[in-house]
Amino acid sequence: MSHATGIRYLKDGVLPHMWCSGCGIGVMLGAMLRAFEELDYKNTDTVVVTGIGCTGKADDYLVTNALHTTHGRALAYATGIKAFNPSLHVVVLMGDGDSVTIGGNHFIHAARRNIDLTAIVIHNFNFGMTGGQVAGTTPGGRFTSTTAWGNPERDFDICALAEVAGANYVARETPYHGWELKERIKEALDKKGFSLVEVFSPCPTHFGKNNEMKQTREMLDWFRERGLPVERYRKLSAGEKKNHFPVGKLVDRDEPDFNARYEEIRARATAPEG
Amino acid sequence: MAKEARLVQGNQAMAEGAIYAGARFYAGYPITPSSEIAEECSKVMLKVGGVYMQMEDEIASIAAVIGASLTGAKAFTATSGPGFSLMQENLGLAVMGEVPCVVIDVQRCGPSTGLATKPAQSDIMQLRWGRHGDQIVIALCPATVNECFALTVTAFNFAEKFRVPVILAPDEIVGHMRENFSVPEPGEIAVIDRKKPSVSADRYLPFAADADGVAPLAAYGSDYVFHVSSSMHGRDGYSNNDPANAAWRVAQLHRKIEMHQDEIVLTKSFAVEDADVLLIAYGATTRAGRAAAMEARKQGIKAGVLQLVTLWPFADKEVAALAKKAKTVVVPEMNYSGQVAGEVRRVLGSGAEIRRVNSYNGEIISPQDILKAIV
Ligand SMILES: Cc1ncc(C[n+]2csc(CCOP(=O)(O)OP(=O)(O)O)c2C)c(N)n1
Ligand code: SF4
Ligand SMILES: [Mg+2]
Repeated sequence: MSHATGIRYLKDGVLPHMWCSGCGIGVMLGAMLRAFEELDYKNTDTVVVTGIGCTGKADDYLVTNALHTTHGRALAYATGIKAFNPSLHVVVLMGDGDSVTIGGNHFIHAARRNIDLTAIVIHNFNFGMTGGQVAGTTPGGRFTSTTAWGNPERDFDICALAEVAGANYVARETPYHGWELKERIKEALDKKGFSLVEVFSPCPTHFGKNNEMKQTREMLDWFRERGLPVERYRKLSAGEKKNHFPVGKLVDRDEPDFNARYEEIRARATAPEG
Repeated sequence: MAKEARLVQGNQAMAEGAIYAGARFYAGYPITPSSEIAEECSKVMLKVGGVYMQMEDEIASIAAVIGASLTGAKAFTATSGPGFSLMQENLGLAVMGEVPCVVIDVQRCGPSTGLATKPAQSDIMQLRWGRHGDQIVIALCPATVNECFALTVTAFNFAEKFRVPVILAPDEIVGHMRENFSVPEPGEIAVIDRKKPSVSADRYLPFAADADGVAPLAAYGSDYVFHVSSSMHGRDGYSNNDPANAAWRVAQLHRKIEMHQDEIVLTKSFAVEDADVLLIAYGATTRAGRAAAMEARKQGIKAGVLQLVTLWPFADKEVAALAKKAKTVVVPEMNYSGQVAGEVRRVLGSGAEIRRVNSYNGEIISPQDILKAIV
């Protein structure tokens, strides 16, 4: 079998893309398009919904259906699309600012509803597009353009948040793990219910520069050294866990999704009165 | 056979009007004095094959409505001041992306949480200017339960025909008032559906306007693949930063409404032919205005009422024509600043005599209050 390239979903004449060299967003997009191709997604039955930010620019390069929304609200738009036409593949691309900083409320509620969307979140530890400001996902102590002496706040664990909120599928990968990333996105797309693939991603232009990892390599090394396959991560002591994060498939369950539950309730409402 | 009339609440009539117009998606977040609309939709949508969703907030509600509309649904939401404020950013996307949808704002007394159960007509400028960026919207305002139903159908018709969000803005009095009402038969009120593309799929441009100023709109999941964007975009829906494109786009969004102004601006008039005193009113205040005009006529003063059914775009022509014949213009409205009186002033110029009657304490304006301004 020849390898999927995903090129059939790319718009002609728009490359080179706008992302900085060393940015992880392109790696994510490539993995997503290869996953689309391996699953034989059609442009007509696929809707890519994007938020605002460097990640949110991804729709510019795609020939699938797309809806480029407002900052933080992509999941709410996607919810309307999926609820009205459950046969569509609805994929939501967001930054970490988008998904869990300004848009955190929509994120937890989409997961709680377990609505059959696939959310792909580029977690680059800051607001890339607007100049590298602190986000709800910037680790404590780290430097950004609005935390010159270090971040006094703590960061969200996006995967844990999705898990407790009720997502059926949760995974984390990094651009360092390109093939695995594609596999996780494929699993997420295939899964009924809310699925999240979090992509730890270098932003050499801002977060890297501000945190002595100006070279993309240095951020990738950070991911490689700290990211452990989830089976290995789970065996670590509590103290060791502080220096690492798990990658791979973290949650995989089959709770009924929103549309399935909705149709069950509809059957009650439309049952002939006895 | 005579149709059965029921005692129906304004909010109920708007929900029924939406279903009559073909609405099959509702997403909202309950708020007084609009919640009856959500409650009715939560029941009926399941039965008619539609979808009702209670979202996490009003930001999400209007977003879901827009998403559903682009997926082919006639979609709407209902709220009041605090929720309407939250909707503004995403409502701007409906303008920019030319997405048909209806928002009902049952107006209550503010500012902020204000008097949650009391009426006001103080969102008039927010209806028009609530969003950032230059744009134009259509806003309608019912005064009776019958109008609640009929204007909801009109709101959907305008939304579908012109690919715009349309706002229906009753005050709390009209939303909660009960009157005799019977649902029209199917076909009795015309129902308009959006124009669908007919070109081959590879030639579809979602923002290439026809001669009527409006581009056909496909649905996600159809044979047509398309992009919609909150960012400035070209005819193909893809991002476009060219100043010439932006100028065309902003003007186009205005023009498609302006060129249909005569069709969109709806007014009703009562006893205006010989009126020396012209009352210009909207919503519940119309009712007090009519009673005041009748009383004034008993006292020998020729008074009449121009009801603004369409609040935006403003009825410049109609106001100017009738005011020319009258000696005095009176504008009763439930706000402090005279939001519509200011528009009337803009139309009539600084020399015209315009008397304002305002209430802003959550109390209705009575016919007596208006009468005092007439005699
Ligand atoms: C309501 C609103 N507030 C602020 C902004 C400005 N803004 C645009 S993108 C962005 C942050 C983007 O960060 P993230 O979502 O992490 O995406 P990234 O650029 O890092 O991929 C902000 C604050 C906006 N567009 N809208
Ligand atoms: S600013 Fe950061 S996130 Fe944005 S494109 Fe550049 S590297 Fe990527
Ligand atoms: Mg970011």
